[in-house]
Amino acid sequence: MTANLLEVQGLDAFYGPIQVLYGVDLDVVSGGITTLLGANGAGKTTMLRALCGMIDTKGEIRFDGASIAGRATEDIVRLGIAHAPQGRGTFVRQTVEENLEIGAMTRRGRAAIAADIERVYGYFPRLKERRRQQAGTLSGGEQQMLAVGRALMLRPKLMLLDEPSFGLAPLLVQELFGILRTMNRDDGASMLIVEQNAALALDLADHAYLLETGRLVMSGPAREVRDNETVRRSYLGY
Amino acid sequence: MELFLHQVLAGLATGGIYAGMALAVVMIYQAIDSLNFSQGEMAMFSTFIAWQLLQWGLPYWGAFFLTIGISFVAGVLIERVVFKPVQNANILSHIVIFIALFAIINSSAGFIWDFTIKPFPSPFGTRELFGQRLVSAHDAGMVAVTLLMLVLLYLFFRFTRVGLAMRAAAANPESARLAGIRVGWMLALGWGMAAAVGAVAGMLIAPVVFLEPNMMLSILLYGFAGAVVGGLTSPLGAVIGGFSVGVIENVAGTFIPVVGSELKLTIALALIVAVLVVKPSGLFGRTVVERV
Repeated sequence: MTANLLEVQGLDAFYGPIQVLYGVDLDVVSGGITTLLGANGAGKTTMLRALCGMIDTKGEIRFDGASIAGRATEDIVRLGIAHAPQGRGTFVRQTVEENLEIGAMTRRGRAAIAADIERVYGYFPRLKERRRQQAGTLSGGEQQMLAVGRALMLRPKLMLLDEPSFGLAPLLVQELFGILRTMNRDDGASMLIVEQNAALALDLADHAYLLETGRLVMSGPAREVRDNETVRRSYLGY
Repeated sequence: MELFLHQVLAGLATGGIYAGMALAVVMIYQAIDSLNFSQGEMAMFSTFIAWQLLQWGLPYWGAFFLTIGISFVAGVLIERVVFKPVQNANILSHIVIFIALFAIINSSAGFIWDFTIKPFPSPFGTRELFGQRLVSAHDAGMVAVTLLMLVLLYLFFRFTRVGLAMRAAAANPESARLAGIRVGWMLALGWGMAAAVGAVAGMLIAPVVFLEPNMMLSILLYGFAGAVVGGLTSPLGAVIGGFSVGVIENVAGTFIPVVGSELKLTIALALIVAVLVVKPSGLFGRTVVERV
């Protein structure tokens, strides 16, 4: 029995007066990779934003044993939750390297940070080639790598990744998901991955949740979800 | 030719004033993405505080640095008390608050210290340099201090982590929060630093224009002109822009008969318009290149 790093119970989320999530329960096992699937507009991105306190929520969110519902985004992040947002959140005017340094802003210890920057460059050699370049000049795929790298710089316990495959060429997607697997294994970072590319995410994850218009319709081990023909046909579309 | 050189030199001297103010303007613009119309009044109020401290018998440099400290704290407080509650309001609300602050600070200074013109000492003396009346020791000192501030700010923003955090918070607040940066405090820090830079500018300007509640009215306009000419995103550009405005104003006032000394202020406005038409990001402003 492994402990849960993140426990969500009965989560409602709102954009102003409009409710987007209805009573969602979700756990992320410590050290595991969980994926949250669903069609466009199902509320996947909202779920990640809710976890980081970026929108109004009701319900219980516990991280590492402590309740984080209703806390400020920066305080939640400081507990060890890194969020690579949709749209990638690049600091376009800053250089690639500065973007990575920003990711480590909550940490102390120059040597360890410098070592982690090198580690990110090890994962993504393209970023190293462009370290002095303004991040806004990177291609979409490179900015995606930068977002993942920036999240890793926090040395997070939990990484929230919002559609890491978005806008990437198929080969790059394979490569990126390989790197995510390595990060999970070597850095011990648990992950919650929101994806539209369900086949890919189910291969990577050990647990899956399926969201439809703000409500959870299924959850279980990734293998079972993948092998469930009905679910695959009706929700995942492949 | 000699007359021309003299006018350029004198222009650089007054340009030092504008450069200091332009620097303060850019500081706040970097943090909040809008022009702070009450910036000049904040600087004026700081200068009055320095004057008061001097009246109470503090030595010049004691009063100088104490004023910088007080202004920094006051700048932080203004952000926390006045602007934090309206942080999500639109830009027009902010502009209304700027104008309100302008009026409030201006009248409080008049209320506390009255509107009579007061002399303000210069730490550099008023000795003439180069054997002529155009540039005094104070002018030279002012230019030096402005350049020193520029270098310090550059080093701060370029090489310190707090500087990077402030740039990140200004450039992309949401993403900065996701990196754990306390964006609200970075903003307050920006206000504090802008207030401190403004205080230095005010204390150096006061010996030239004399101290009174309205001393900054035209200077802020020149400061805006300098900041716009240089590009609102570049501290270096602001300083160069400030000096340019001083020189252009002086040279035009001397050599274009129509302009004379009456229409000098018009030149600042004409410069703003001209730069915005030809190169909206300013001479040194960065145009952000972005791929999607």
